[in-house]
Amino acid sequence: MYRETDIIQTIPGTDEMVINVGPQHPSTHGVLHLVITIDGETVKKVEPHLGYIHRSIEKMCESLSYRQFIYTTSRMDYLSAHINNHACALAVEQAMGIEVPLRAQYIRVVMDELTRIASHCLWWGSVAMDCGAVTPFFLAFREREMINTIMEETCGARLTMNYMVPGGVMFDLHPNFQRDTKTFLAHFRSKIDEYDELVTGNIIFQNRLKGTGYISKADAISYGCTGPTARGSGVSCDVRKWYPYEVYQQVQFDEILETAGDSFARYLVRLAELRQSISIIEQLIDEIPAGEFQAKTKAVLKPPKGEFYSRVETARGELGVYIVSEGGTTPYRIKFRSPGFSNLSALDHMVRGQKIGDLVAIMGTLDLVIPDIDR
Amino acid sequence: MTKEELKQLLTERFPDNAVDDAGQFLQIQVPASQWGSFALFLRDTPELQFDFLFCLTCVDWLKHLTMVYHLRSVYYRHELVVKCQLDREQPTIATVAHTWRTAEFHEREVYELFGVKFEGHPDLRRLILPDEWEGWPLRKDYEDPVNMIKL
Repeated sequence: MYRETDIIQTIPGTDEMVINVGPQHPSTHGVLHLVITIDGETVKKVEPHLGYIHRSIEKMCESLSYRQFIYTTSRMDYLSAHINNHACALAVEQAMGIEVPLRAQYIRVVMDELTRIASHCLWWGSVAMDCGAVTPFFLAFREREMINTIMEETCGARLTMNYMVPGGVMFDLHPNFQRDTKTFLAHFRSKIDEYDELVTGNIIFQNRLKGTGYISKADAISYGCTGPTARGSGVSCDVRKWYPYEVYQQVQFDEILETAGDSFARYLVRLAELRQSISIIEQLIDEIPAGEFQAKTKAVLKPPKGEFYSRVETARGELGVYIVSEGGTTPYRIKFRSPGFSNLSALDHMVRGQKIGDLVAIMGTLDLVIPDIDR
Repeated sequence: MTKEELKQLLTERFPDNAVDDAGQFLQIQVPASQWGSFALFLRDTPELQFDFLFCLTCVDWLKHLTMVYHLRSVYYRHELVVKCQLDREQPTIATVAHTWRTAEFHEREVYELFGVKFEGHPDLRRLILPDEWEGWPLRKDYEDPVNMIKL
């Protein structure tokens, strides 16, 4: 569809070859198409071709109401569906000046952090698989399944929860929620140590990741990297710290920074973030106040004329929602600043001069989710 | 730098450009012809250091197109929105892909969805849509009877 090339072609007069990886390649974690120029085993250039799962969500949102468009965003970064919905709900609340009840704020943050754990778990399994270890994938899914069960009980869905609505959350918590979450946290705390023993300390795994996929602090900023990708290079960019929303200001947690800038640094950041997420949930889970879970809002939302930008920290980085309103019932223009899109643009810079075998591992540590990039 | 200090500095240096601080971010209107040098000024001035372009997009206002650049300084934490008005028939503007590397992908996206030509862009091709796609889908007057269902 994109380029009438053979799978492999040679460039006359040089030793270089052009290889197509994807869009149906298992290591690209979705339908991403990479056109790679290699010289022997050394990568000279990587050109991502996007759009295989492009659904034009931004155009669709222009004809959906302010209550409806939130649900399309669950389909962007499907591993952080809650957090995507959260960003949109925040944008609408900011535009309308809606005050969210404290109970809803607590529920939202707990749900966000559970989502982050589930997303990082899946990433941990898949990055280990990208390096050739299969078992971690099953272990990670075991833990993720527990979170999905908790989500299903309260939200009624496992992946596209659609739980956040402007003004709060859609339903109140299930009576078992607090008990189940605490059981999960106790279970998961011991499992992270197991993750460390199994993969982090593994010398083969370390050799695959250390020193590969290096990106300097200045380059990470210039490429617009956010999230663990940027924090692995020492860029302090955690939205929860710098532009706190909901109750993040009241909880104690650290922004994890590594300075090495290589794949292993990004790995360490995500693993440490798992522990931070556990600590955030533990601080909040017993403190959820009683009261309303949704603010009273009008049936039809009509934000005033103007521009609104809200941002949240998803598992991949900063998700921005830019709404241009003309005072009508539908947004005039919506732009989703998705973290994966900017992080992917740095891939070419990271892999130049590296071995083709490391490309998959480097891509693994970027934690790309393709629907988030294509939108 | 606070919003007021930033506003003061920009109005002193660029008295012709409209600065607006009513919204969430400080906004400045820049003529499209000056954007390339203005971008370098924002990035390289020591007290501004806008080194992080976190959002780049375009809005179709039917009479004209508006480019919207959201900038942040990672060091100072201040933020600025720059807007450039473009002619709808012949939208061209200088690229900032060499100033902020992230702009390369974002500008390719804006090019294929709005038809804005970025002068000096290293590789201005379609990014998401197929190469043979016709028209600029995110413009308000775009019609596609096959792929679009009107609500």
